[in-house]
Amino acid sequence: MNTTRRLLFTAPLAAVALGGAAFYTILERMEANKYDPHALPSPLIGKKPPAFNLPGLNGAAGFANTDIAAPPRPMLVNWFASWCLPCAEEAPMMAQLAKTGLPIWGIAYQDNAAALANYFAQYGNPYARLALDTPGLTAINWGVYGVPETYLIDKDGIVRWRWAGAITDDVLANGLNPLLAKYS
Amino acid sequence: MRKLLLLLVLLPSLAVAQTVTRDGVTLSAPQEQRAEAIGDQLRCLVCQNESIEGSSATLAKQLRVIIRQQVVAGADDKSIMDYMVQRYGIFVLLKPPISPLTWLLYASPFLALALGLLFAWLARRGTVAAPPPLDAAEQDRLERLLKS
Repeated sequence: MNTTRRLLFTAPLAAVALGGAAFYTILERMEANKYDPHALPSPLIGKKPPAFNLPGLNGAAGFANTDIAAPPRPMLVNWFASWCLPCAEEAPMMAQLAKTGLPIWGIAYQDNAAALANYFAQYGNPYARLALDTPGLTAINWGVYGVPETYLIDKDGIVRWRWAGAITDDVLANGLNPLLAKYS
Repeated sequence: MRKLLLLLVLLPSLAVAQTVTRDGVTLSAPQEQRAEAIGDQLRCLVCQNESIEGSSATLAKQLRVIIRQQVVAGADDKSIMDYMVQRYGIFVLLKPPISPLTWLLYASPFLALALGLLFAWLARRGTVAAPPPLDAAEQDRLERLLKS
């Protein structure tokens, strides 16, 4: 067998092996929660959030984009809803993060006051400030495509990170914590 | 009689004025067609293999409303697409544009063809061509060799 023939026989085999290895890596990373094929990069990263001004709960003050334009330290904006199961799952994580002194501002997506009161009674309220996006149009301007979604905003008011879905211990350790250290 | 004539004259305007109400927005039939064509090209972010037009997700419905409102307001297709891309990134487009990020994707058929041609060429080169027929002297020598 000359080298050309050997190459012709081994090349398809090598291609299949390479494809298999790549597929296996993807599956393993998915299992370890390190890769989500449905996750989208946010176009907001590296930019300031779009202009908005949302009301608070029961006539309380909400907040506007100008309030998060230059926070004294990095902060999170957490989009959530009382009707959203992963948000309830994420609630202990939010409480834990709030306890470390990290400011978390909440925006309730397509929600109402009574349901929110129930939600906070059950899971606690970790939010330093709360705003309501009842029509859900500010969410569209942010590119939010589901709740919960969490945005890290640095001291210049620039979005540095977006996580779609509940923040788990893995996400905290590998995603959020290194960035918090970098931008504080 | 004059009233009847007036009605007859106005009759064709019915076809033009025909309106459609979709997701709470009222628009003319051609406008609705345009809105549908735009929605067909946009991915529903919630159920990622459906278009905004075909999805029953709440977000898709809201985006359908936004598309229709912008169509009624006279926005052109490109500005509506830009509106979506600005918010959700190029992933929202079911047909991704040609950009450095998608070069490999669009080049893949040509790369596959080039690879195939390379292998075909290698395979042809690998086969040994049949030797030219022997002349009389060579034939003699072959016979002698075979006999000995």
